[in-house]
Amino acid sequence: MKRFLIPLAILPLLALFAFGLTRDPRSIPSPLVGREAPVFSLRLFDGEVFSLAAHRGDVVVLNFWSSWCIPACYNEAPALEATWQRYRARGVVLLGVNYQDREAAARDFLAKFQHTFPNGPDVGSKVAIDFGVYGVPETFFIDREGRIAHKHVGEVTVEVLVQHIERLLNGSERRS
Amino acid sequence: MIGKGSTYNVRRTTCDVRRATFNVQTSEFDGRHSLCRARGTTWYRACSAFSLVLCFLPLVLYAAESNLDEDVRLIAAQLRCPVCQNLSVGDSPSELAREMRALIREQLEQGKTPAQVFDYFVARYGEWVLLAPPKRGLNLIIWLLPVVLIPAGLVMAYLGARRWVHRGAAVTPAPAADPQYAARLQRELDTYE
Repeated sequence: MKRFLIPLAILPLLALFAFGLTRDPRSIPSPLVGREAPVFSLRLFDGEVFSLAAHRGDVVVLNFWSSWCIPACYNEAPALEATWQRYRARGVVLLGVNYQDREAAARDFLAKFQHTFPNGPDVGSKVAIDFGVYGVPETFFIDREGRIAHKHVGEVTVEVLVQHIERLLNGSERRS
Repeated sequence: MIGKGSTYNVRRTTCDVRRATFNVQTSEFDGRHSLCRARGTTWYRACSAFSLVLCFLPLVLYAAESNLDEDVRLIAAQLRCPVCQNLSVGDSPSELAREMRALIREQLEQGKTPAQVFDYFVARYGEWVLLAPPKRGLNLIIWLLPVVLIPAGLVMAYLGARRWVHRGAAVTPAPAADPQYAARLQRELDTYE
């Protein structure tokens, strides 16, 4: 009896370790979700200045990307532009934040995918650190009250973008 | 850091005391004993005061040295780098860590306290960003477990060792061999000699 007791005591520990192996150590819940988005201004590639504070009342989608982020940023690029074309008339703001990149490479990327939504380089990674970004791509959905409603880590698809944008558009309409 | 510094200085004190012992060899003290051990003498008092000063010297030097660089380094060493997750922001060569160090410096220059800087990063990256988990809530388990398990292990090792020793002492001598086999064994031994 005693001989089986020790292996038996190890079993729950093994089960715990096995459970740990099924989890992704990189997926860490952001403490920012549900909180107010940090306010920032960003000088865009076209010279204009984007200010988050000016878009209070709009649904804002913030996408952190890099030209060196292969393949995720390349895969999601067409989805971002398509979503922008579909929702820009409904007052949805999409902003690309270029993270730790060279300007020439970033401009080439934007030209390659013919991005027409605002994009700007994040000098000193200030905006990225303010949003607790771990890596690219990461996409934040900000509601009309300026709160971060959702954070998507990794490649986004049109489905993911539409799902969260629709939820924020409808949710805000119901409230107001 | 302070600990290391004081050990070093305490050693230096001992050396000085030995030299002092050597210089006053003619006195009644044994050369092998340090002067400081002879309680109640003037030498004892002087030595104690001297050691005490040397012990606190690193602390004073540290306080004078604790400039901005040092504060940035100390804070960065306690934050986990989001890119290379097993390194601190202080040790990581990544671009993001470098920019985080710049941000820490900037915030300190603005007059923020280290606690406020930690709060800034925790608010954005969660408690995950702290290399040492705060000692509260469920985190207490990982802080207290070693304190409980190490003594428990020592007790178990002691009990195990004691049982082992007792078992060795209690070994009973083997019973005498069957006379028939003993005689045969003896016969065969005789044959081979």
